Amino acid sequence: MTFLWAFLIGGLLCVVAQLVMDWFRMTPGQVLVIFVMAGAILGGLGIYGKLVNFAGAGAAVPLPGFGYTMVEGIGQAVKQKGALGLFTGGLTAASGGIKAAVVFGLVAALIFKPKS
Amino acid sequence: MDSEKARYQQLTQEMMPRRPVLRNAIMAFVVGGLICVVGQCIQWFFMHQGMSAKEASSPTAVVLIGLGALFTGLGWYDRIVKHGGMGGTLPITGFANAMVSPAMEFRTEGLVMGVGARLFTVAGPVLVYGMTAAMVVGAVRWLITGVA
Amino acid sequence: MGVARRGKATYETTNVWIRGTGSVVGPNEGSGPLKGQFDRVWPDEQNGQTTWEKAEQAILSEAYDEALRKSETDWSQIDLVVGGDLLDQIVTTNFNGRTHQRPLAGVFSACATFTEGLGVGAMLLGGGGLERVMVSAASHHQTAERQFRFPLELGYQRTPTAAWTATAAGAVVLANERGPLRIEAVTFGRVVDLGGKDPNDMGSAMAPAAYDTIQQHLADTGQSAGDFDAIFTGDLGHFGVEMLIRYAQEKQLDLSEVLDDCGRSLYDADQQDTHNGGSGPGCSASVFAGPLARRLVQGDYRRLLLVATGALFSPTTYQQGESIPCIAHAVAVVREEASR
Repeated sequence: MTFLWAFLIGGLLCVVAQLVMDWFRMTPGQVLVIFVMAGAILGGLGIYGKLVNFAGAGAAVPLPGFGYTMVEGIGQAVKQKGALGLFTGGLTAASGGIKAAVVFGLVAALIFKPKS
Repeated sequence: MDSEKARYQQLTQEMMPRRPVLRNAIMAFVVGGLICVVGQCIQWFFMHQGMSAKEASSPTAVVLIGLGALFTGLGWYDRIVKHGGMGGTLPITGFANAMVSPAMEFRTEGLVMGVGARLFTVAGPVLVYGMTAAMVVGAVRWLITGVA
Repeated sequence: MGVARRGKATYETTNVWIRGTGSVVGPNEGSGPLKGQFDRVWPDEQNGQTTWEKAEQAILSEAYDEALRKSETDWSQIDLVVGGDLLDQIVTTNFNGRTHQRPLAGVFSACATFTEGLGVGAMLLGGGGLERVMVSAASHHQTAERQFRFPLELGYQRTPTAAWTATAAGAVVLANERGPLRIEAVTFGRVVDLGGKDPNDMGSAMAPAAYDTIQQHLADTGQSAGDFDAIFTGDLGHFGVEMLIRYAQEKQLDLSEVLDDCGRSLYDADQQDTHNGGSGPGCSASVFAGPLARRLVQGDYRRLLLVATGALFSPTTYQQGESIPCIAHAVAVVREEASR
């Protein structure tokens, strides 16, 4: 069942992003920035967490999930370290993704050449 | 002259070919949904190894980013986005594409200012505003509720 | 020999001839509707070069070779090279100067560079002192994409009005001895900006500049649009041509019968996914040096007005929210029947 919800919710988030881009004539970069910030805000309001529990990867894989992950990480870190957690929590939680992107990006740039 | 400008811009808007909004939306839904299902499969695999859903999300992201980087390197990802639009850009695989593609492109400008600096040309803003927003949200929630 | 002023911005040249043309294009351009009408077609966009920038230099160099070969001219006979391209510091044209070692005057009007070069070259020849002038313009899809838009492998959707920078180069040898085609008159355009801001819609931004130059040329020379067999704009594309016809109509100038566009005719929009059509300095240069020159020589046209159009913005100016200033230069080319 989670698979169906992952498809529906993940697809819907992408549709909203597509409509925002087409209607407001935004660049993809602008849309991504808005969506990562929206994910953080909805995460803070406790809404995005419910969506993740419900739709799994459908909510976690799109970019708002990235903002949500960082907010959650900050929550955890603040509990343990207080104010310092505001600085360390976000990146700790997102470190897997960011580091993967840097390392794989570097490797891909060394191996592959752009084609078209 | 200003009125002529306004009139011409209005004429441009009237005559401009419409973006295929409906088709773009449907394609974004299908492509984005499918990528999320792939993500769900990977997460399910890690959960089968005994992780909780939450623990599994980090390795899932790593695998998806690896796939996004691989598909970008092979020259497939730009085609996925050409048809799927935000369905390809919004998932975390699109984030990988945004980092890998400029690094590949500027490989000819050397390893430091080419690859190293350009990795973040498109992904940088997402990290900057994502981190800032998360910190602000965390701080506000901490102030209001006492627990972050 | 001579140059005579007509009206406000037009100069008639006598005894300025096109002695030969060279056109080299990439695989997409070479397999479109104009297939078989270019001198050389590259099998791929890189053609063995190590960088895209070197590939652009190489495609221009090959266009030079073809123009020299067909005009039976040696580099040593070229008194001056007038040319330009789209890259910063017009490196493509300037770097070619390292090898050909001829006097070089670089010019830039973005995608209108080719007719600017033709106009400057024709006037200098008409003015006397020179005997042969090489005029050129080049562009390359991949180098332009990375300078103006996004990395190649970054996924994004093009909008319907987005142009496709052509991988193409065109070169023309002008001479003061009789050749098949003659340059009759040139009109230098002024900068026109009606407020267009979208770099993904340069066609509508450039259309008023094209109108301004076309009507100036017609007014200065006392002709009507119908006096030409064809008027070819540079790279307005499908949407830009529509906008130009409509805009000119409002100003009581009917272009619908004679107007066509190099960028629009370069690709098959449905098959090749090029949206609005081709753009770039090499677009009008190669389409003129290949198909159009051929049609003139073969007799399909006798009189042609080539009006290349350029959007004079940089990535910095549009990010700062500036509108896009545009320009167009017109060159009238005629076929002269052999007098004897």
